[in-house]
Formats: sequence, structure tokens, C-alpha cells
Amino acid sequence: MMLQSIAFYAFAGVLVGSAVLVIAARNPVHSVLFLVLAFISAAGLFVLLGAEFLAMILVIVYVGAVAVLFLFVVMMLDINFVRLRQRSMRVLSVGAIVGLVLMVELVLVIGTLIAAPDAGAPTAPAVAGVTNTVALGDLLYTRYIYLFQASGLVLLVGMIGAIVLTHRKRVGVRKQSIAAQVGRKRSEAVELKKVTPGSGV
Amino acid sequence: MVELWTAIALPGLWIVAKVLMIVVPLLVAVAYLTLFERKVMAAMQLRMGPNIVGPWGLWQPFADGLKMFVKETVVPTNSNRVVFLIAPMLTFILALVAWAVIPFGEGLVLANLNVGILYLFAVSSLGVYGIIMAGWASNSRYAFLGALRSAAQMVSYEVSMGFVIVTVLLVVGSLNLSDIVLAQQGVWFVFPLLPMAVVFFISALAETNRHPFDLPEAESELVAGYQVEYSAMTFGLFFLGEYANMIMMSGMTAILFLGGWLPPMDIVPFTWIPGPIWLALKVTALLFVFVWVRATFPRYRYDQLMRLGWKVFLPLSLLWVVLTAGALVAFDWLP
Repeated sequence: MMLQSIAFYAFAGVLVGSAVLVIAARNPVHSVLFLVLAFISAAGLFVLLGAEFLAMILVIVYVGAVAVLFLFVVMMLDINFVRLRQRSMRVLSVGAIVGLVLMVELVLVIGTLIAAPDAGAPTAPAVAGVTNTVALGDLLYTRYIYLFQASGLVLLVGMIGAIVLTHRKRVGVRKQSIAAQVGRKRSEAVELKKVTPGSGV
Repeated sequence: MVELWTAIALPGLWIVAKVLMIVVPLLVAVAYLTLFERKVMAAMQLRMGPNIVGPWGLWQPFADGLKMFVKETVVPTNSNRVVFLIAPMLTFILALVAWAVIPFGEGLVLANLNVGILYLFAVSSLGVYGIIMAGWASNSRYAFLGALRSAAQMVSYEVSMGFVIVTVLLVVGSLNLSDIVLAQQGVWFVFPLLPMAVVFFISALAETNRHPFDLPEAESELVAGYQVEYSAMTFGLFFLGEYANMIMMSGMTAILFLGGWLPPMDIVPFTWIPGPIWLALKVTALLFVFVWVRATFPRYRYDQLMRLGWKVFLPLSLLWVVLTAGALVAFDWLP
């Protein structure tokens, strides 16, 4: 039990610290790297809760794919740091409002939980003898199948939209057609000529 | 005080001992994999290979290691110092932590996770960070180009690898690596799922940045890619990490498709040999293929690499996921 609480405080501390550094770091690449650290610490907290499937999916999807793309973009962009700072000062008020709303919501949620512990939405009891991966699958593919499919459709539409918006056909580009190259026969490529001595081809 | 001792220190020490029992043989295996690679390639090219240090060159890896240690670590002035130094450590550590869930035999596993295969997948998807951090922190064109190539390559091949893993999971019905091995007692998955095994192995080549997909470090165009600014032990850690990853990927292939620690047939002369040795033999055979490929194939062009990943492997593996699922449902073979 004690080891578990030590682990919890370590993960939680790193999570909060790196989350603060995400916005405090001067260099945007450092920000993204701290974001990755925050994701991994969150995954550690999930493991401590016994939700190992969620933890692994968090690492695979967010750290392994999404954050890599973030990092890609941030590294490739030539960002003017001074201009960025000035702009971030301008949107500070908007950020403050968003933060305030979030904080009020959190206080409300936690306040209700403390004031009336039984009032919240009932959490499903843990099913004995079934790993949480199986339990999650059972729920996701039966009870929430339509929502699951709908979220898949939303992603698909997003993907197609991104392709439609960014893809343009370039003219004058010579493309390699591997099938055409491999399918070429000797008769099409080589021509034998009978050359009589003394005369040209 | 006594309670503290029995509650924390003893289990902690026991875990450390178990970790060392995995890590030390692993590091020796990595050292000898370098020699194995040089010897096998030499034999394929009608050369001798290392043969001066020790009998048959057997102490060559230690000579190389010593050389790495005594050299000077150079940190470029314009580099991002902290990230530059963290990157090789990250690569090396990730190559080691993956071994926590590999089962070496019946019950011979450090952490018998219920989501073992996802853990392996997660750790291997983190490997890209070491490379991309190295490339960016070096503040050099070559290193950055190599890192970008590598990141795009690893993300692309992870997709088809994920689908291969899904196929195996459909057949097994569990994410636990020991269960995956035990499900192959009748027949190894390499036979019913042969195309998937091939896709997985080729993706493993790409995932470890090995030939013929070693574009991130293509020496003829990028000097050494993301490693170009690294020297001494910082380079050594990348090197060790890369080779440990090769062993890891071979181990993963062995567990997913070649029956892990199981003998080829459940009859007497085979069952005398203990499970960990069977696993080691399978891993060695796969590593030989890694080296064989390196000695025989030219490097892929970058657009061809992307084409192979996205236009060939992804549709193929998707098709096999659907086919496998269909067959399992149609014949009522679902586990």
C-alpha cells in the first residue's frame, strides 16, 4: 500500500510539474516534450488505478502518434518567439476566462462529490474475473455501439476533409509506375538490327 | 523499522535482482550480436571478420566497448545541451524496459501484464522520441533530416504492425504474452498467418531502422543521420539501443508467430531442452535473417519505402484482419 502511495505522489508530482512547464517553457519544442512527459505520467496514474488498457492506449495514441506530429510541426515551423510572446499576452484574457470556467466546473464537481457522495452518476461495479480490457470491449461494442460507430465516422470525415483541403494535383510531375517498369518485355525495350559492314544504322 | 524492511526493502531488492537477471544477459547478448553481425557478414562476403582480439575475435565487443568509454564526449556548441544528452539515454532505456513483459518460459516473466502486447507496442512507439530529439538537439542539417525521415518511417510502419498484432489477438483472444505463446501449442501462428508474419518481420526491419530501411542513417547521403554529432558513449548508447531493439523485435516475432518458448514438437528429444533456450534459438535465427538482409539488399528509396508501408502493407494487413475475423466467426473458432 505504501509503495503504491509513493508511486502515486511521484507520478502526480511529475504530471503537475510537467503540465506547468508545458506553458512555462520558452522553447516550444521543450513544451511538447514536457507534454509527452505529462501524458506518460498520466498513463502511470491510470496503471495505479488498475486501468492498464487505458494507460497503454494513452501512450500509443497520444504519445506515439499525436505528440510526434505536434513535435514534427513545431520543429519544422520557423517560429518567431518574440512575436509569439506578444500575441500570447494579447490572448491572455481569453485564456484566463477559459481557465476560470474550468476551475469553477472542477470545484462544482468535487464539491458535489464531497457534499453528497451518493449523488453522482453511479460507477459500474468492477466485474469479477474479467480483465478491464474485456469489460471495456463488452460495454463499448454492445451498449455504446452506435456512439462508437458515430465517433469513427466523425474521424473519417475529418480525415477526408483534411485530404480534400490539402491535396492538389501537381502537373508536370513524372511519376514512377513500378508495374509498367516490371511489366516491360524484351521485345519492347531492345531492337535488333542487321547492320551491314561499311554502312551506318 | 522491521516492518519497513520487510514491506519495502526486501521486495524492492528482489525486483532489482530479477531486473539484473534480465538486463545483464541482454547486454552481453547485445555485445555479441555486434560480433555475430560482423562475422556473418564477413562470411557472406568471403572475408574473415574480426579475428585479432582473443580467440576467433571473441573479445572484440569488449575492446569496442572499452574504446567507446575512454573517448571524449563532444557536445556541439550550438546544440540544445540537455535534450542532446537525454536523447541517447532515452533510446537505451526504452530498449531495456520493453523486456519487462517478455516471457522466457512458463511463468518465467518479470511482469505478467494483462496488456503485455500493448505495452510492447507502446514502448516501441516511444522509440521515435530518442531519434527525433537527437536530430533536433544536434542543430545540424543532416541530423535533422535523418530524424524527420526516421519519425515518418516509424509512424508509418507502426500502423501495419498494429494490424498484424490485432490479427494475432483475434486468434488468441488475449493481450497477455504468455497466453499468446500457450495458444500456439497446437500449431505456430506462422503457418496459418504466414503473410502477416512476413509483414510483421519487414515492419520490424523498418521499425528498428535496419537495412534495407536504414534511411535515417543512410551514410551516402546523410553521413550518419541523427547520430552524426554524437561521439563516445552517447553514440554507444544509441548503438546499444538499436541492437537491443533488434533483439526485442526478434523476440516479439518469435513470441507472436514462432511459439515463443515452446519446442517445435511436443515429443521427447525436443522437450528435453528448456524453454528459454528454445526462445533464444528462435531469436538467434531471426537475428540471422536481420543480418542476412543487411548483407544482401540495397537500400530502399524513400518514396518507395512510404509506398510499401502505406499502399501495400496497410491494405494487405487490413484485408487479413477482416479475413481472419470472418474465418473465426464463420467456423466458430473464436476463443
